[in-house]
Amino acid sequence: MAAQPETIEQVRAVTEQKYKYGFTTDIESDVAPKGLNEDIVRFISAKKNEPEWLLEWRLKAFRVWQTMEEPQWAAVSFPPIDYQDAHYYAAPKMKAGPKSLDEVDPELLKTYAKLGIPLREQEILAGVEGSEGKSPAIAVDAVFDSVSVATTFKAKLEEMGIIFCAISEAVQKHPDLVKKYLGSVVPYTDNFYATLNCAVFTDGSFVYIPKGVRCPMELSTYFRINQANTGQFERTLIIADAGSYVSYLEGCTAPKRDENQLHAAVVELVAHDDATIKYSTVQNWYPGNEEGVGGIYNFVTKRGACRGKNSKISWTQVETGSAITWKYPSCILQGDNSVGEFYSVAITNNFQQADTGTKMIHIGKNTRSTIVSKGISAGKAQQTYRGLVKILPKAEGARNHTQCDSLLIGDQCGAHTVPYIESRNRSARIEHEATTAKISEDQLFYCRQRGISEEDAVSLIVNGFCKEVLKELPMEFAVEAQKLVGISLEGSVG
Amino acid sequence: MIEIKNLHAKVDGKDILKGVDLTIRPGEVHAIMGPNGAGKSTLSYVLAGRDGYEVTKGSVTYYGKDLLALEPEERAAAGVFLAFQYPVEIPGVANTTFLKTALNAIRKHRGEKELDAMQFLKLLREKTKALGMSDEMLKRAVNVGFSGGEKKRNETLQMAVLEPKFAVLDETDSGLDIDALKIVAEGVNALRSPERSMLVITHYQRLLDYIVPDHVHVLAAGRIVKSGGKELALELEKNGYRDFGVNEAA
Repeated sequence: MAAQPETIEQVRAVTEQKYKYGFTTDIESDVAPKGLNEDIVRFISAKKNEPEWLLEWRLKAFRVWQTMEEPQWAAVSFPPIDYQDAHYYAAPKMKAGPKSLDEVDPELLKTYAKLGIPLREQEILAGVEGSEGKSPAIAVDAVFDSVSVATTFKAKLEEMGIIFCAISEAVQKHPDLVKKYLGSVVPYTDNFYATLNCAVFTDGSFVYIPKGVRCPMELSTYFRINQANTGQFERTLIIADAGSYVSYLEGCTAPKRDENQLHAAVVELVAHDDATIKYSTVQNWYPGNEEGVGGIYNFVTKRGACRGKNSKISWTQVETGSAITWKYPSCILQGDNSVGEFYSVAITNNFQQADTGTKMIHIGKNTRSTIVSKGISAGKAQQTYRGLVKILPKAEGARNHTQCDSLLIGDQCGAHTVPYIESRNRSARIEHEATTAKISEDQLFYCRQRGISEEDAVSLIVNGFCKEVLKELPMEFAVEAQKLVGISLEGSVG
Repeated sequence: MIEIKNLHAKVDGKDILKGVDLTIRPGEVHAIMGPNGAGKSTLSYVLAGRDGYEVTKGSVTYYGKDLLALEPEERAAAGVFLAFQYPVEIPGVANTTFLKTALNAIRKHRGEKELDAMQFLKLLREKTKALGMSDEMLKRAVNVGFSGGEKKRNETLQMAVLEPKFAVLDETDSGLDIDALKIVAEGVNALRSPERSMLVITHYQRLLDYIVPDHVHVLAAGRIVKSGGKELALELEKNGYRDFGVNEAA
């Protein structure tokens, strides 16, 4: 990748800083009382002015959730969560919804500016002109605590029939689409956290790409948890109609707080015939401090359905944040010849725990999936790759290739690989490769002898280790991701 | 000027260097020859500052500075370069990236302006061309899948780019056939200059046919036991290290 040398430089430039997104924004917000019951669910639904069917759906989910137990199979440990001791709704105070950026609280805009998110369309446009049209523009939807505060480039996208807005707005303006697809990939009975999300989700992004349209810019959502004691339950729904293409980016940050905060999101993707969805995540939730105090519990359900023939869903994730990550972006390969991809870099340092991987469910004929997982563990962190490759009887000619590489830094961390493979079709071909390595003294000394400091050397070596995955990210994110790799591993050697 | 005085060093609790004295002036090329286990590689690692190589006595003064007080990367920035006997592989990191990171780290350390991508590529092209290396080698990951000859040539390229004041070449001839050896030696010779000192460590005289030293020293059992001109190397080739109390079939 051509950008590599520059990005390494940037890695060096930022290695001094720790978690730089740890600030809080002083802003008045509208908070629901602590606790979770049907009234809270009704409260959220009423706040959003939702139609009856959606409230009913939420309540159904809530009733199911009450009968469910937290999953225990993941290799993570944490004290029991008191689900009654959190706010399930927090929104920056605004009169109704903002109609344009001018109505957004300037404090909020400042926050996003600090995060480096170009919310103001003018700025983005200026940037595009400056770079002579080389870098594609990015349309941004910003979600602050539970509410989508601003979406850029909407008008331009609308001209092409693309819908990109807050999901609460989509419920009002495009109820038929939402009703048709919401819960169609991740049903409200799916799992403890997803079901909880169904009951209390507050906002998120909605994308619809019409038939044959290639979305001309990256669509992006930035999630930010600001309010203390709130959970964030956002919901993303992306539909790519026949022959369309979209690349979607998701970024997340949160202030430093001593208590743990729960983030239980649901992402659903639907790709129809010949459609492609590329979904990239750079997850940098606050990971807790060096002693393991605080940080986000990131318990997320992400799933994509390749409904149509020749459709493709590609997940790329760079997971550096969160105290605990529990996440398995998956593909249901239903359409014949459909393709699922999962590229992952997960970095755990200090006391972070991650149990992450993917599921590839092959249903249609000649479906193909690729899994590349790079796990890096440092400090006292524990990390597990957990993946399922399932070939159903009708998936004639299905193919999977899985590659899981783990890199250990130091001698107190752990890396574990748990692949599940189930094949019920004899013609299927499944390959699994796994390696575990340590950053060697030899490599570090070699770099240092050439003038590269130890921390920069670690960053360089780890970036090299992750290269296959990082190159899958859109350029705009690749730079950020490489910087993050360096920052996340600070203090892991020496 | 580099002055090594009464240098003693331990590795894994074992005394390896037992009083090395050596003075190298700017522009001079010194060769250190010696049997296996004499402490040749230990000397090179001690000079470069590798962890686990503990100096127990003596000093190394490098252009007036206490070299042993510096971290490895500080020594590199001060112009010390070690061409490794076994160059290390770094998967996924392109040679170009590695070189640029190293050069800019050194430049930054010295308070010089870092080179941007264009400036660096221009510099790199010149150096690569002079060494007869292909652009393709620059794109490959550092030393990954390189042949023995390519690895040593890559070390030479790094030396050419980083322009050290003091280069230590540790068994640069090991694992090379005669053609590869000639190419590497040519590269090294091209870097000889009145300001640059070199310490060429080798077991065999063969390398010194191509990199002709000003001084030759014999290191045996942790000490320099004999010094002389380039003819000393020929003598050793003929008589082996027997005269220094070492029995060696090789």
